[in-house]
Amino acid sequence: MSLPDLNSNCQFRNKSCALLLIFCAVTCPAFAAGDDDQSTLGQHLVQKLGQVDNGYTGSIVSPDGSGLPDGTGSVKEGKALYNIQCIACHGVDGHRKGNELVGGIGTLASPSPKKTVGSFWPYATTLYDYIARAMPYNQEKSLSSNEVYSVTAYVLYLNGILEGEASVNRGSLPRIAMPNRNGFVELTEFAE
Amino acid sequence: MTDQIAGGGLLHRRTFLKAAAGTGIASSIILPAKAKEDWLTQTGEATGEYGSQSSHAGLKREQIGGHPYGPEAGSSSSPLQDLNGTLTPNSLHFERHHSGIPDIDPRRHKLTIYGDVHKTLTFRYEDLLAYPMETHVYFLECSGNSFRNTLAKPLDQTAGSLNGLVSGAEWTGVPLHYLLDEAGVKKGAAWVIAEGADAAGLTRSLPLKLALDRVLVALYQNGEPIRPAQGYPVRLFVPGCEGNISVKWLQSLKVQSEAAYTRDETSKYTDLLKDGTSEMFSLKMEVKSLITSPSGKMKLNRQGIYEISGLAWSGNGSIRKVEVSADGGRSWADAVLQSESRSLALTRFRIPWKWNGQRLILQSRAIDEKGNVQPTREVALERYSSAGFYHYNGIQSWEISAQGEVKNVFA
Repeated sequence: MSLPDLNSNCQFRNKSCALLLIFCAVTCPAFAAGDDDQSTLGQHLVQKLGQVDNGYTGSIVSPDGSGLPDGTGSVKEGKALYNIQCIACHGVDGHRKGNELVGGIGTLASPSPKKTVGSFWPYATTLYDYIARAMPYNQEKSLSSNEVYSVTAYVLYLNGILEGEASVNRGSLPRIAMPNRNGFVELTEFAE
Repeated sequence: MTDQIAGGGLLHRRTFLKAAAGTGIASSIILPAKAKEDWLTQTGEATGEYGSQSSHAGLKREQIGGHPYGPEAGSSSSPLQDLNGTLTPNSLHFERHHSGIPDIDPRRHKLTIYGDVHKTLTFRYEDLLAYPMETHVYFLECSGNSFRNTLAKPLDQTAGSLNGLVSGAEWTGVPLHYLLDEAGVKKGAAWVIAEGADAAGLTRSLPLKLALDRVLVALYQNGEPIRPAQGYPVRLFVPGCEGNISVKWLQSLKVQSEAAYTRDETSKYTDLLKDGTSEMFSLKMEVKSLITSPSGKMKLNRQGIYEISGLAWSGNGSIRKVEVSADGGRSWADAVLQSESRSLALTRFRIPWKWNGQRLILQSRAIDEKGNVQPTREVALERYSSAGFYHYNGIQSWEISAQGEVKNVFA
């Protein structure tokens, strides 16, 4: 990301001047009298200062696969990475108590529900999105696309959702059926 | 006493005024005065660049809970028991971060609106400062506030430690619809996905209808630029909704037809029900109140007249009424709403009370403008799975012992 040069942006400077003129219209009666600028005071005038940036792609990944990058990752590669990058917080095979990634399928309606990726998360795409943006803790956004796909695949494998020889990519990840996909009711008070 | 209006010693307002004129309400600790106090005879400190609290006040937030990742992914609560009025000082506003507080240079921070819009637009901080702004007083509450009262046993803690993941402030910013209109939202769009610029890149999906309604791109809090812990230089502010969706350090807004189903609206911030299904996009914070004085860990050092005081709020709008009970919920009396009851803001309530040294339980119950009544703890817990802890709004009970000790209890 480049640092905007605050002094050489002509567009902004011109708009600053426009604001200055309006300011003068308020404070200088001689200027305001008989000038059209006076009639604009008090109206809902909005400067349009957004700069077109069509090259922006963002990083939001959604269940339809939008936002997923090219690349691929395998369970096997994911295991090797996991054991270096993730094991300290999430434990061997995702079993560290209090920070589990696996288990709990079938427990949600029980007196002791266990919410994990396998038992609770409705979309596999969310794994990619979250690992890419927020993991590993203290080294966020350090993994390559292939590495994120790999760790995603491994966590799905630990939950019995992928086979040990499997790989995932932008085409296959959105098609993975998560066990609790239909376990949610969406409240719509603000949406309708 | 003729002015008693409910059990346990709750009094009519006029009683308090009469009594206060006669006996006063003594401070619990009175040290002997010197003949000439130092502050009467010595020149004080010079003016300062940025103020601080009295060294005698000792106000501080409490760290709430632990987190497996580390303390940066934690929260701290407002000391509700030490505050009065309805605004929380910026230094004491509650905090919740998912990967610590970033130190963002506003000259290098941008907000980009993209996705299903006619023009992808980027706004610099200085651009945002030039837009028309609005100022509103709102509450902000973490959806996990008061989760400790969902646990099996009551914890002997202060009002702030138990319930202080709520604060009130005056927020100033640009109505989001100005920026969305400028980018031009395409037909078929229904959601806006907000993303933070912290290391966690916290991301939440906001219904477009709500985004166009009352959401601010907030730049100032209580009159000063938003502080780093609250999202400097710019945060989303979604009034009345769970704090997590007011995304701090706002760096992008993606407009699209569907929600993004991010980790923080699927894995977290959903509400597991007893049947094993979960409510998603449960954004609104429900009607709630608590007594902040007297409250947990305080001690009443004398019998006599006290003013019970507390806070009420609702994501449904304004507070219509707050009732107080001094006999464990058998009888209730209307408290005085001391500040004007603003929509989606903290409301202060007060009621005089005479304590005769008996053991009893104090409670408050808020009713909002839509008629929603704050439920008992039992009813509030009934709604969710035993593993649920978001959106708890049950009545807070404080036991006053015969010795005057105030303690959190489940009643």
